[in-house]
Amino acid sequence: MSDLLNDETKKVLTEPLVENNPITLQVLGICSALAVTSQMSTSLIMALALTMVTACSSAAISAIRNHIPSSIRIIVQMTIIASLVIVVDQLLKAFAYDVSKQLSVFVGLIITNCIVMGRAEAYAMKNPPLESFIDGIGNGLGYSLILIVVAFFREIFGSGKLLGMEVFHLTKDGGWYDPNGLMLLPPSAFFIIGLLIWAVREWKPKQREAVEFKIMSISHGEEGGHH
Amino acid sequence: MSDQLKQLQEKLDNCEHYQKFKVYRDKILALGNDSLEKTIAIAVALCLVCAVFVSMAAVALKPLQVSNKALDMKKNILDVAGLLKEDTNIEKAFAEKIEAKLVNLETGDYADGDANAYDQRKAAKDPAQSVAITKDKDIAHIRVKAKLAKVYLVKEGGTTKSIILPINGYGLWSTLYGFLSVEADGQTVQSINFYDQAETPGLGGEVVNPNWRALWKGKKIYAETEQASSEKGLIAEAGVGEPALSLIKGTVDSTKAGSQYQVDGLAGATLTSTGVTNLVRYWTSKEGFAPYLAKVRTVTGAKS
Repeated sequence: MSDLLNDETKKVLTEPLVENNPITLQVLGICSALAVTSQMSTSLIMALALTMVTACSSAAISAIRNHIPSSIRIIVQMTIIASLVIVVDQLLKAFAYDVSKQLSVFVGLIITNCIVMGRAEAYAMKNPPLESFIDGIGNGLGYSLILIVVAFFREIFGSGKLLGMEVFHLTKDGGWYDPNGLMLLPPSAFFIIGLLIWAVREWKPKQREAVEFKIMSISHGEEGGHH
Repeated sequence: MSDQLKQLQEKLDNCEHYQKFKVYRDKILALGNDSLEKTIAIAVALCLVCAVFVSMAAVALKPLQVSNKALDMKKNILDVAGLLKEDTNIEKAFAEKIEAKLVNLETGDYADGDANAYDQRKAAKDPAQSVAITKDKDIAHIRVKAKLAKVYLVKEGGTTKSIILPINGYGLWSTLYGFLSVEADGQTVQSINFYDQAETPGLGGEVVNPNWRALWKGKKIYAETEQASSEKGLIAEAGVGEPALSLIKGTVDSTKAGSQYQVDGLAGATLTSTGVTNLVRYWTSKEGFAPYLAKVRTVTGAKS
């Protein structure tokens, strides 16, 4: 395996997992991370769909990158991404009907997911197809990782289940666990993602952004004006 | 395989149009990226390729998707009829036990036509096959309904055991589509099942929870006696023979009068619960299946 991957490809594959995660560092693709993470199964399918779309669209865009007129390059990217997303949606409806029903519009909304566009514009337009494909996979995996972590907490605390299997016995079925309703609502994903970003930045202090301004205390406020 | 490819290649090489295309393609690709001609050519070519790609996927997968949808619907119907077990052969069980029929909602009579091919949801959107519901009567907030409804009769040994009625109405976020299964007396609920809804998972989405759905079994749809209908507050504004079934806040106290018309509301989902009450009331009222169920009752009554 290590012979197959040179340092560059290894970097584009693994860096988006933690070091340059699309969700926790770039804060992209948040909307779908809020919407589909109330259950593990939908998150897994969504993660898979997004990874496939990002990888294939990056590869396709990269293959024709030298011939894309700059005046219509965003439209060209969108057309390719949209076509792939429609095909993924059709595939889900044909082979995973139940999941596609649960995901409903969110598969279609992959088109507007900033991660896909972001990789096309930032990486695929400048790099060869194979690297772009791997970059797409890497970023898709970074997105998947966060989605799965968020879905894990939301499903286990929100409905006492994991992948639909009962983990905590619920009070309404005669058990001990009273589920936390907030966990089932999209705002809870905000809290979890926020905590994740905090945790990652504690672990990797390099990711902390430089402070743009300091809040002055009141007693120093007037002196501050003289400087 | 490679021979065939070679032949194809030769044919293409001999084709005059292909040669012209090749010349034109090379000319375009050699142009500067920002020239007008190249921009238009790339846009057209990309659209063509993507259109072919998407349509191929759509056409190739269509049969699978249609059969998935049909199978899912049959599964839901068997489920609400209480005939679905883990090892049930859906197609076989459906063909043996379920019979689709068209009902004219206004008169309550069976209507002619191919019931199996009829799509009530499509018909509701077709102005020729549907009627608009006036605002004061539209408690389920669906605006239009099809003139003909597709009901399913569950047969067992030649007699109708239960009747499955299609119902729909607005909850909190979405229009809920489902089935209400009623016993042959046209009065007792057997089960309810929502197959298409997008309520909040875990709150309103609990309309699909089997434990909650089990609470519907044995409930009565229409107010039966003067006494029951006078129990105001329990059965709001329901006269004799009017739809009385509703969801209440909290748990139903089965010792109290009128509890046969009540089902536990969904905790944390007041608006979905109200929506479900309204849609069940609507579809069991004169606007919905009341004329039909009245005829079902007289037929069964005459027999017994």
